[in-house]
Amino acid sequence: MSAVSLSSFIAAFANFVNADIQTAMPILLAATGLIFNERTGVVNIGVEGVMLMGAFAGVAGSFLLGNVWLGVLVAIVAGGILGLIFTFLVETARADQVVVGMAFNLLGLGLTTMINRAMFGLNTTPPRIDSFHPVNIPVLSKLPFFGIAFFTHTYLTYLAFLVIPLVSFIVFKTNIGLVLRSVGEHPRAADTVGINVVRVRYIAGMVSCMFGAVGGAYLSLSQLNFFTEGMTAGRGFIALAAVVFGKWSPVGVLGATILFGAGSALSYQLQTLNSYISSNQLLLTLPYVLTILGLAGFAGKAVGPAASGKPYIKE
Amino acid sequence: MKLRSVVMPMVAIVLALIIGALIIKALGMDPVLAYTNLAIGAFGNIYGISNTLLEATPLIFTGLSFALARRAGLLNIGAEGQLYIGGLCSVLVGAFIHGLPMIIHLPLALLAGFVGGGLWGWIAGWLKVKFGSNEIITTVMLNYIAIYLVSYMVSGPIIEPPGDMSQSPPVLHSAQLPYLNAGTQLHWGFVLALIMAGLYYIFMWHTRKGYEARVVGFNPDAGAYVGINRNQLIYLVMFLAGGLAGLGGSGEILGIQHRLYQNFSPGYGYDGIAVALLGLNTPIGTVLAAILFGALRAGGNLMQVAAKVPLDLVYVIEALVIIFVASEYLFRRVKLPKFNLRFRRGIERSEPL
Repeated sequence: MSAVSLSSFIAAFANFVNADIQTAMPILLAATGLIFNERTGVVNIGVEGVMLMGAFAGVAGSFLLGNVWLGVLVAIVAGGILGLIFTFLVETARADQVVVGMAFNLLGLGLTTMINRAMFGLNTTPPRIDSFHPVNIPVLSKLPFFGIAFFTHTYLTYLAFLVIPLVSFIVFKTNIGLVLRSVGEHPRAADTVGINVVRVRYIAGMVSCMFGAVGGAYLSLSQLNFFTEGMTAGRGFIALAAVVFGKWSPVGVLGATILFGAGSALSYQLQTLNSYISSNQLLLTLPYVLTILGLAGFAGKAVGPAASGKPYIKE
Repeated sequence: MKLRSVVMPMVAIVLALIIGALIIKALGMDPVLAYTNLAIGAFGNIYGISNTLLEATPLIFTGLSFALARRAGLLNIGAEGQLYIGGLCSVLVGAFIHGLPMIIHLPLALLAGFVGGGLWGWIAGWLKVKFGSNEIITTVMLNYIAIYLVSYMVSGPIIEPPGDMSQSPPVLHSAQLPYLNAGTQLHWGFVLALIMAGLYYIFMWHTRKGYEARVVGFNPDAGAYVGINRNQLIYLVMFLAGGLAGLGGSGEILGIQHRLYQNFSPGYGYDGIAVALLGLNTPIGTVLAAILFGALRAGGNLMQVAAKVPLDLVYVIEALVIIFVASEYLFRRVKLPKFNLRFRRGIERSEPL
């Protein structure tokens, strides 16, 4: 292979990794949040709806307040409120987690579409809003391969690069993580040693939805710069799959989302590479097929937190 | 118990409508105007009523699909994809096989939809049995795959010549579901949906397999203890659930659209979940809930035009209804002393992910 084609291959691969990171990030953020939730024994099937509401809240916040960071803040607040409501329903009101989750998905779709139309009308051109732009990190972005792949992203991506290892550290190396996990594995035992099980679940539920909402806002403010109806397109469910696939650990989830992100990135790159491929729609199924294969390849070995899916009822 | 299972959904609907009104108000629109038009559009005249039943038709199919799987302890979120595959298979038979009399062609097209949707559902069952893959996730993934597959088919392999528009050729007259009433669009698919609700009842409560499905759904351990083959049951239940949703797609294609388009369903599969939950997974409940949501949809169109309230309010109302029904524990503190039996038969706690 000549030097020219090798360097162009490296450049193409760097671009691919860059695209992979961008497509994986919303899923990774949502899945990271889900780890908190699921570690305490709560499964939120409604993360798709939470992401969608986060995506809209981010755009609405940025539009109304004129600053993209304030948009993210609005998304975080919205996520916190949703997490509070969700946990109230499944813990305090003892509603079925799956049922409430599905309701959240419907609610997310309905509310965001309604408010979007009320705010922006049925315009074909999306409103101009402040959004994230790629920022080249001095020196590092000039590195061969790594520069393009990792250091030409938006600020929100860099922030996520920092937050995700932090979450991993919290869940596995600190007392907080121990409390979370004990609540998920054996809530009664956790209660006996003085842990307030319900409060822990409330906090974890809120943090989880905040992550999900930021994942959605990443989609609308960093990947794109507008909101479209139903734009999450199943990413919440892919995040749920990623948590199972990644065995409830942040590093595992990272691997899973990078794999699923690669599916999307690949399908887009193949489309731009070869305009003759008439089966565009078939290529678009790639991330979903990969998710199924990933889940199947896991061959049922995944064992989640023991107390998953049930509210804690103190006796 | 009987009274409670009727009262709770009613309370849930009223509460959801009230909150919906507050949201309409908050968005600066007129809730009274909106709901008036909603009611007129849904029940105002013969066209309104037939539109309501027309909109209810796919929801009965997808609602029964979710209910059947749920009774057996499975969560079929995949009705949407199964419906698409059902529509696709019906078109393959209905538009491409020529020269058959209606009495053979139409049942064959319906059967194709049932089997196609059934196999699509069966895939999720197979993944669960063989690999332990959670059916919630696999069915959702299969939805997206089915939707893209249909888009692919109508913009390539089965596109109508000369190929200017992404649509299939028309379904032949011999495979179209006839209209029930000249002048309205209501077709025999609605009757078929009611028949399916009846068959669902017979299967679930008067056959051995249905009984086993309910035992496993109620308590998987008990099922294993009495020697029920759970894997076999998963295949059967996912096939039947998929088939019901597939028929929903057939009804849309053979009854109204008469062609296959991309994105021909505005989410009937997902709405079926709400329908089944509200109907407590019973056949009558599911039909009634489907008619209610059909009314919201039929009326919603007029509401959107006359009061400028987006049709998506319907989703919000559906979501709120589900939440209120599911949060029944909160309302249980409001005493109805003589009726303290469980009403939540249909929404037993699901197994965790």
